[in-house]
Amino acid sequence: MVKQEKEFVNRPDNTAFTQQRLPAWQPMLSAGIIIPGFVLIGLAFIGIGVALFVTSQSIQVLEVDYTGVEQSSPCFKCSDPDVKNCVCKMEFNIDSLFKGPVFFYYGLSNYFQNYRGYGVSKDPNQLSGDLDSFKVPSDSCAPYEYVGKTPIVPCGSVANSMFNDSFKLYQIVSGAKIQVTLDGKGIAWWTDYNVKYRNPSVTPLKNAFNGTVKPTFWSKPAYELDPTDPANNGFINQDFLVWMRRAALPNFRKLYRRITEGDYAKGLPAGNYSLEIAYNYPVLSFDGRKKVVLSNVSWMGGKNEFLGIAYLVIGSMCVVMSIVMLIVYAKFKFPEEE
Amino acid sequence: MHTHRQAPFFFLSVYSCFIFASCVSAEEERRVRANDREYNEKFQYASNCIMTSKYNIITFLPVNLFEQFQEVANTYFLFLLILQLIPQISSLSWFTTIVPLALVLTITAVKDATDDYFRHKSDNQVNNRQSQVLIRGLLQNEKWMNVRVGDIIKLENNQFVAADLLLLSSSEPHGLCYIETAELDGETNMKVRQSVSVTSELGDQNNLSSFNGEVVCEPPNNKLDRFCGTLYWRDKKYTLTNQNMLLRGCVLRNTEACYGLVIFAGPDTKLMQNSGRTKFKRTSIDRLMNTLVLWIFGFLVCMGVILAIGNAVWEREVGSLFQSYLPWDPPVDNFLFNAFLSFWSYVIILNTVVPISLYVSVEVIRLGHSYFINWDQHMFCSQCNTAAEARTTTLNEELGQVEYIFSDKTGTLTQNIMSFNKCSINGQTFGKCTLKHRHRLDFTPFNPLADLDFCFYDDTLLESVKVGDLHTQEFFRLLSLCHTVMSEEKSEGELVYKAQSPDEGALVTAARNFGFVFRSRTPGTISTTEMGRPATYTLLAILDFNNIRKRMSVIVRNAEGRIRLYCKGADTVLLERLHPCNQELTNITSDHLNEYAADGLRTLALAYRDLTEDEWEAWSESHRCADKATDCREDRLAAAYEQIEQDMMLLGATAIEDKLQEGVPETIAVLSLANIKIWVLTGDKQETAVNIGYSCKMLTDDMTEVFIISGHTVQSVRQELRSVSLTGRTAACPPSSWSTFALIINGHSLAHALEADMETEFLSTACACKAVICCRVTPLQKAQVVELIKKHKKAVTLAIGDGANDVSMIKSAHIGVGISGQEGIQAVLASDYSFSQFRFLQRLLLVHGRWSYLRMCRFLCYFFYKNFAFTMVHFWFGFFCGFSAQTVYDQYFITLYNIVYTSLPVLAMGIFDQDVPDHRSLEYPKLYEPGQLNLLFNKKEFFICIAQGIYTSVVLFFVPYAVLSDASQSNGVPLADYQTFAVTTATALVIVVSVQIALDTGFWTVINHVCVWGSLGSYFTIMFALHSQSLFRIFPNQFHFVGHAQSTLLQPVVWLTIALATAICIVPVLAFRFLKLDLKPQLSDTLVRQKKRKPVGRSVGGAWRGTGSVSEGRLGARGGSRRSGYAFAHQEGFGELITSGKNMRLSSMALASFASRHSSGWIDTLRRKKHTSAHTECVLCFSGDILRNGEDVDCSKTHYELGFNGE
Repeated sequence: MVKQEKEFVNRPDNTAFTQQRLPAWQPMLSAGIIIPGFVLIGLAFIGIGVALFVTSQSIQVLEVDYTGVEQSSPCFKCSDPDVKNCVCKMEFNIDSLFKGPVFFYYGLSNYFQNYRGYGVSKDPNQLSGDLDSFKVPSDSCAPYEYVGKTPIVPCGSVANSMFNDSFKLYQIVSGAKIQVTLDGKGIAWWTDYNVKYRNPSVTPLKNAFNGTVKPTFWSKPAYELDPTDPANNGFINQDFLVWMRRAALPNFRKLYRRITEGDYAKGLPAGNYSLEIAYNYPVLSFDGRKKVVLSNVSWMGGKNEFLGIAYLVIGSMCVVMSIVMLIVYAKFKFPEEE
Repeated sequence: MHTHRQAPFFFLSVYSCFIFASCVSAEEERRVRANDREYNEKFQYASNCIMTSKYNIITFLPVNLFEQFQEVANTYFLFLLILQLIPQISSLSWFTTIVPLALVLTITAVKDATDDYFRHKSDNQVNNRQSQVLIRGLLQNEKWMNVRVGDIIKLENNQFVAADLLLLSSSEPHGLCYIETAELDGETNMKVRQSVSVTSELGDQNNLSSFNGEVVCEPPNNKLDRFCGTLYWRDKKYTLTNQNMLLRGCVLRNTEACYGLVIFAGPDTKLMQNSGRTKFKRTSIDRLMNTLVLWIFGFLVCMGVILAIGNAVWEREVGSLFQSYLPWDPPVDNFLFNAFLSFWSYVIILNTVVPISLYVSVEVIRLGHSYFINWDQHMFCSQCNTAAEARTTTLNEELGQVEYIFSDKTGTLTQNIMSFNKCSINGQTFGKCTLKHRHRLDFTPFNPLADLDFCFYDDTLLESVKVGDLHTQEFFRLLSLCHTVMSEEKSEGELVYKAQSPDEGALVTAARNFGFVFRSRTPGTISTTEMGRPATYTLLAILDFNNIRKRMSVIVRNAEGRIRLYCKGADTVLLERLHPCNQELTNITSDHLNEYAADGLRTLALAYRDLTEDEWEAWSESHRCADKATDCREDRLAAAYEQIEQDMMLLGATAIEDKLQEGVPETIAVLSLANIKIWVLTGDKQETAVNIGYSCKMLTDDMTEVFIISGHTVQSVRQELRSVSLTGRTAACPPSSWSTFALIINGHSLAHALEADMETEFLSTACACKAVICCRVTPLQKAQVVELIKKHKKAVTLAIGDGANDVSMIKSAHIGVGISGQEGIQAVLASDYSFSQFRFLQRLLLVHGRWSYLRMCRFLCYFFYKNFAFTMVHFWFGFFCGFSAQTVYDQYFITLYNIVYTSLPVLAMGIFDQDVPDHRSLEYPKLYEPGQLNLLFNKKEFFICIAQGIYTSVVLFFVPYAVLSDASQSNGVPLADYQTFAVTTATALVIVVSVQIALDTGFWTVINHVCVWGSLGSYFTIMFALHSQSLFRIFPNQFHFVGHAQSTLLQPVVWLTIALATAICIVPVLAFRFLKLDLKPQLSDTLVRQKKRKPVGRSVGGAWRGTGSVSEGRLGARGGSRRSGYAFAHQEGFGELITSGKNMRLSSMALASFASRHSSGWIDTLRRKKHTSAHTECVLCFSGDILRNGEDVDCSKTHYELGFNGE
């Protein structure tokens, strides 16, 4: 044996790997798998599609455009950029109970939060509470980096363009206005609020902002964003966080408030409502639109008709395909096998 | 990356061996003075240090990087990297390009470094070999690298020659020495070299140390068979030729010692001048890939332009109005300039359509395939203990596309081993192999001197010898006397024959075993042992062989004083010269000869003639006269020979089997079923080549016609070709019968046929024939034929050969295969693949080649698909983000997508995929066809892949777009934020391409599972890691996606989106594939299906049945056309060498008595010729092909080149 081994020192190893004989599974597109597979997938998709479609139908959505483009709109007067501190009221009517919890969104159209130059125009170090970056903001913030030589905090286009309309919702019950309580807690992402954005650990917060100025478009500095709740200020202000989470597409909506408290926790009863808008945010210059959206959700989130329909379409196409394949298979395969 | 660097040898060596620098300037002539280092140093000749390595430790990094950046792809990525450093343009972080680029550069650098390390090692080993140099009269041991031009070095037997030497003197008489040139030109027969007579007289080192001759010669060149120079010594001139040279790489044999003067050293030696310049070969897929990459670049630019125009429009219409929230940068303040920048930004983010990992992956896959070839046990030859070797790793998939094979004959189709197979003695045939007597004859009890390796099966012949049948005994006596074999008897009874051709060796060995043992010879005697009794014959004359005579004779006087002429030769010439009384025997023997020839054996007829003393005297006189003649010596000699070779008595005939390599006919049959055309290009004679053609089943008797073109003039060749194509055309009306023609063309005709005006005619005729055999072709012509097919046919060619004469053909074919066998290593060194048996070719092509092609095609299809699916999403997104070059995905995803998330599954498929098992490929050679027709990856397939990729990208963008734009989480938070969108799209992409690779993978081994699941796993793992809080806390600036993996992937809507996108992408593909499988199944599909259903009857698609039948057919009856020939692979001249005694040891013979008598022999002829041509220098420097062609025309010239002329 030893001798033989010596003789064939160059003989390649006889292993399944080197000889390409590894045990392997060779899947095949056989009719027995493909056709039933298509039927199954099709049925599953149709099933999911029906479920999604039905769920989606049960979700109520109400949109109110308050841009004030038309002259008839109550907000038309506010759409002139020269008018300051304008307040307008939009009235609307709910036919049946708007089941709670109801979510209150504001929506913007033709607004490019996903523009690359816009998206990079912020300073992550600053926003995570780094005081050094307060004094020297990142270059990426330009042109909202400095006013004169004073650094802007928070710097950059994103922060600067923060949405600053505010809303109040009233139910009109026999002429009287009952304010609907809007809850602004926890509308931002948990990680944004707890990890990503941090205020500098300086108390009071105001002192951290010494030697800086507020963004040019802002009326209030960052540490005074929410006068009602001192903990909801600075970079962890919920509205600020919501705004800083950029939208992927030019038409988007962002969560403004939840209606989860008090009398309206179960939903908005049928009736007339009045929306009082502090109109500050100009969008008409670039042909933008502003709206308020009220919506409730199901297990799968908000209203989403596309998903259900798409599942139904794909499911039925699979079933149709399986029939076509069966016909083709029968026509071309059966005679040959005999 | 491509492993071949084309920089010439010198260019590489200057880095490390600065001495070489001087050689770069052109040298016009070389002057070397013996024993004078000072004088020689003036010229700064290259030292004997060779350096095939490219780098040393210091130069490695800069040189290697410089070389790597000569690759267009690498430079392109460097350019992208620079673009990314411009902040206005940079749409991606710098690391998205630098990480893959660094990875690619590192892998290539490591590979180059390893290669170079091994070159360093072998260089060192060679440079440190010891040699003995004569310095100041003393022999000193020096390393090879320290040997200088002008040194005199001493060589001993079996030593390698250290540099190109001028032979000065040797231990043998007349300054002769023997060398083996296998390393240099691949020929194994020994060659003779002789020193100039004045120096051979110098003898030993004492005299040599005072030798101060000066050599003036040509500058270094790579012509192995040519050397022109002059030796000036003591005011006299001596012409030097190649006959005086010992070249580096040769081995000294049968010579105790010799002294030589170093003329060329190191890189100037002919060996080195012949090496290191491999032509860079690319596969057709390579070329296609490069074209496609260029197209993709074009596509990329188009996309960039479209998006830039979009950007210009957008900036003008929307962006300018949006400035309140997003002002333009001050330097950019212009929508056109913005668009210009946007173009470059898009070039950066869309660059992944030409992934940098493409080239690396292709190399890795090819490397894997090469290893599979090296590892294949079925291509391991246990006799010679060599495995197949893929010497080039860049050509594997082309093995699956071969259409033409050009094969050498000797050593490739045949083993170059002759065996005495049958004989006919006095009308009785022996050697029939009946099934009853299937055991080998044992000669030892009868004959202690028998050669144990000799095989013979017919004991009736042995009986006939034993009972003392006179004819039989005379038959073997002839074989033991009539030859030019030299014997060496190391110890009593241990005989080694040194035959000039294997045929002769076989015949003499046969005689030895049947009791007529050739023991030794002197110039005038032959000693034998006949049936145990010693006998000595006086050798009166050798009537040497040449191509025209096709026979040789000896005239001997036996102990009783009777003079007899023994002759053996081609039956065609010999049967004409018989005594009329032989008529009856001739007829019987002729029948036998036909029989033998039909079996593909090489036949010889044997005859003798008794001479009286008077006849001998008279002839001897006329012979001497002819021999001494100065003009027309050859013709006169031939006439003298002709005169005595008359009225001979027929003894019988021999049949020698030119043993085919194992499995040759089967392999040829399988390959031709695979639609591969096989052309045999051989330097051998027409008869031999045709014989082999029949025995390896290239030619068969049921062929309609075998055309032979052997014209010597342009007109005759043209006429012959025309008549062939005419017959071919008229007979070939039914298209099925075209294949039954064969064409045989010889070297002279080929030279005319290859001329520009006849080229196409020849080509069309040749391609219409099933078999083409070109005989007597020169190495150059071999290459020309290959080039012809390459030029006109656009087909992949493969050349296979084993000898130095095949090198040119191997280098010019798309794929060169070297047989690593008996004949040296030149062919192997020049080849791309090497193995030791011709039959491995079928496995190399049909199994490895086919798989490689299949895998590479599947790999490329998928690779382009996945990158388009990945990249084009950015394009669609451009329309929704103001054409701002915003990426859809996280930058880390972009960095890792190609090198981590999707690289391994496709590599695993590219390396391990199989559609049908290996034995099926051999059973159904038709499976090879898709490769030849280039069906699996071509421009159409490419567009299909691209279309599928773009379709996928549309789905991947618009499905999330449609779903997410209005979707929200169950806690009311909208899902349409950028990061959720990015994660959803990326996840959907990874899943879709993973499902797609799962569909594409036809052969799921453990490794494929690990890779596919591992990649998916790694995607999620890495994503969770990159989105983790701990990483964010360390680098808040870098990881913006903190917390995203969890929050996004917990949403059912996200998963519903991914499932929907996957279904939309994959379902049509599945349906399409299923329908295609049913409507247009490929042979391989059918086979895979059949395997599942039943053990198959091998009846599909013209599959070839059975492998055993052909080999049995060799002995079967086949009515054959007569194809016999005097098939000596033989050169004339050895007869003279023997009778002159120049090649015999002084000790082994009584030289004195014969030397004077034969002084006008071979050596003197040589001298005389030299003298006559001294005034026209260089006439003696024949090139090989002149010689080959010249053989028939002017045989006298071949004397000089005993060595370098051999097939």
